[in-house]
Amino acid sequence: MKKVYLYKKFERFWHWAQTIMIITLIFTGFEIHGTTNWLGYETSVRVHNITAWSFLVLIVFAVFWHITTDEWKQYMPTLKNMRAQLEYYLIGIFENAPHPVKKRTLSKLNPLQRVTYFALKVLIIPTMLVTGLIYMYFNDSVWDIKLENLEWVAWIHTFGSYLLLTFLIVHLYLITTGHSITSNLSAMVTGWETVDDDEIKELVEEAIEETGLKIKVIKEDETEHEKLKDLVVEAMHETEEKVKDKKLKGQYNKNKKKK
Amino acid sequence: MQYTVNFVTKENRNMRSITLVLAFVLIFGNSIIAQKFKSDSSLSFPIVNYTYMEDRNMEPSVDHSKFEVLQEPFKDAHELTMACLSCHTERDKEIMATSHWNWERSELLPGKGVVPLGKKNILNNFCIGTMGSEQTCTRCHIGYGWKDKSFDFNNSANIDCVVCHDQTGTYEKAGGQAGYPKKSVNLNYVAQNVGSPSRENCGICHFWGGGGNNVKHGDLEISMIEPGRDIDVHMDIEGENMSCVECHRTEKHQMKGKLYALSSENKDRARCSDCHTDVPHKDNILNQHMNRIACQTCHIPVYAKANATKMIWDWSTAGRLDENGNPMHENDAYGNHNYLSIKGNFVYDDNVVPEYYWFNGTSNHHLLEEKIVDVPIQMNTLYGKYDDFKLRADGAEVSKIWPVKVHRGKQIYDTENKTLIQPKLWAPNEGEGAYWKDFDWDKASRIGMEYVGLPYSGSYDFVETEMYWPLNHMVAPADQSLKCVDCHTRNNGRMATLTDFYLPGRDFNPIVETAGVSLMLASIIGIAFHAFCRIWFRGRCNNSNEE
Repeated sequence: MKKVYLYKKFERFWHWAQTIMIITLIFTGFEIHGTTNWLGYETSVRVHNITAWSFLVLIVFAVFWHITTDEWKQYMPTLKNMRAQLEYYLIGIFENAPHPVKKRTLSKLNPLQRVTYFALKVLIIPTMLVTGLIYMYFNDSVWDIKLENLEWVAWIHTFGSYLLLTFLIVHLYLITTGHSITSNLSAMVTGWETVDDDEIKELVEEAIEETGLKIKVIKEDETEHEKLKDLVVEAMHETEEKVKDKKLKGQYNKNKKKK
Repeated sequence: MQYTVNFVTKENRNMRSITLVLAFVLIFGNSIIAQKFKSDSSLSFPIVNYTYMEDRNMEPSVDHSKFEVLQEPFKDAHELTMACLSCHTERDKEIMATSHWNWERSELLPGKGVVPLGKKNILNNFCIGTMGSEQTCTRCHIGYGWKDKSFDFNNSANIDCVVCHDQTGTYEKAGGQAGYPKKSVNLNYVAQNVGSPSRENCGICHFWGGGGNNVKHGDLEISMIEPGRDIDVHMDIEGENMSCVECHRTEKHQMKGKLYALSSENKDRARCSDCHTDVPHKDNILNQHMNRIACQTCHIPVYAKANATKMIWDWSTAGRLDENGNPMHENDAYGNHNYLSIKGNFVYDDNVVPEYYWFNGTSNHHLLEEKIVDVPIQMNTLYGKYDDFKLRADGAEVSKIWPVKVHRGKQIYDTENKTLIQPKLWAPNEGEGAYWKDFDWDKASRIGMEYVGLPYSGSYDFVETEMYWPLNHMVAPADQSLKCVDCHTRNNGRMATLTDFYLPGRDFNPIVETAGVSLMLASIIGIAFHAFCRIWFRGRCNNSNEE
């Protein structure tokens, strides 16, 4: 059994900060909506607004990070393996079948995750953000535009929160479907995801193909690191032949030309 | 081919730590800053155009007892007035331009044009109207001798200066004497002790209007002469101890502020913002509320805090006499009248929660000659609705939610002519047709309508009426003002009757809620089923998988 470093420090920080914020927003939001009564209305409004602004700042950081690290590509929806993934959740999982989509540093999301997170990031959260800001500044006319009624904004914002709540519930369940019940959770805490031994070579090969042999291995523990390094180098040598044969595209070619 | 494996360097790691810390600060620093603002908010609030009592020189600039003209005995009250005017020349002209003197002013009524409007000619659903009963009603007029239409409004000697300026507390107008003082009043003593109107001066009429303490306003009554902080923060005798004229600022005897019981245009209003500015709260969310909510709505959570006010007046039961044929009265459990032979049945209430209405600063009035269309008749209609948030040509402003005392009445009307009736209510003696002496509605109506020059068919009945009194006084301490959940709540909130807008915390779209909850429940059920299958099948399939 091996571990692969999937989630970088900022990524984990972003994930957990977002978790706290979304949960806080949902809790306080439903109080503002009149559904619940926990903190008191005034406190809820204050906390909701402060959290909303914090969330906005976090989003700015996250967008920056996603762009500069090319991580945004991970979230582009694909139909490849979609069917396999659905079949896995509907059938395979009950038969202890292997996960159809392997987690890779450069492709850590399965197609179902991709489409869900993509929807979250470009549709639901931005919608919540925009409706939330309109809600917040409803009383001020911005650029002489004055919204006549809060109704639609409120409805959309409310429905969005139900979607987020549903996502939260399903997400919490699906993270138990990893290698073990808690392996996905601990990966998001430590960054290291457990993968099967035989996957590791495959994994490195793909990584090299994708990046054109520029690979970063990040690991604090030296002995672990040495082992990993051996594997990586071994994989690289094996891949060398493949690369020559197949003349793989991408940065590899560019690098080669430079050299 | 040479491969390199890049490791994270120390510098690299430092850079990351710094970025991470920066992100932390920016993201959560937000809340620390917000917290700081919050703690500031209770410290103070902005006040403009106002000097606190402790910063004022309260010494009077003149001693009226030293003026010889005020030491000579006065033959009557008119002479006292002329003595005042001998020094304060031209003040009579100012007085004669006021509605306190004329009991009417020109008001633009929507759909009715500019009409003279005031206590002189308008009906209410308390004592109905002054016409025909002036001799008793004008006890609250700032003049002497207004007993009928013949009163001379251009005679300066008819002005009563001291009813407003007396500082001795001994000046009192006699009942049924058209505004003349009681014989017992020492006019010289009063004249030598005059000053800026105190709460007692204003209160003698404005607290007692409608025939008893707090009958009309609900937020103006004798407890405001020496109120504690709980009754009124501004007039609190141990606090700022403000008099009426601190807010109802007066220039040339024209007082700022008015009531929509008698006026209809959006002008000459005394406003909280005159001193408190348009941004009185530190909290921006509270300030935003002011766009559509009057200050009074949150800061006058209840009215009639010390003594009860009249909520319902049913004239139709009047006229029941005791076994000896004499007028009588009955009291409720708290000592308030609930029946008077001359006036009918009443309902009093104290610590009343206001009703709330949209109000844009303009109103309309039911005029005496007007045909009755809708029942209950709105004696004065407050205009306003959620949708009008633009300034309009007629001077109306953005509609805001206001707390209102609604007085509901049942009063006499002409069933043939479909108009309200102005009955003659008061006369000095029996047999002159006044209802309060003779208890004959038909006779009182005939004489009353004849007096105002309108037809009376001879058949009458009683009709429901409503009158709207926007509240302005009895401002509560901040900690007693409305809290968020008083309005932002699903059921029985203060705004329950104002349904023409979306109120967070109260309103929701049933479709959105149903869809949202169904989605959530479906996902939970799905998960439960899925988890069950995982546990169930895992046990069974394990073998095959391991092979």
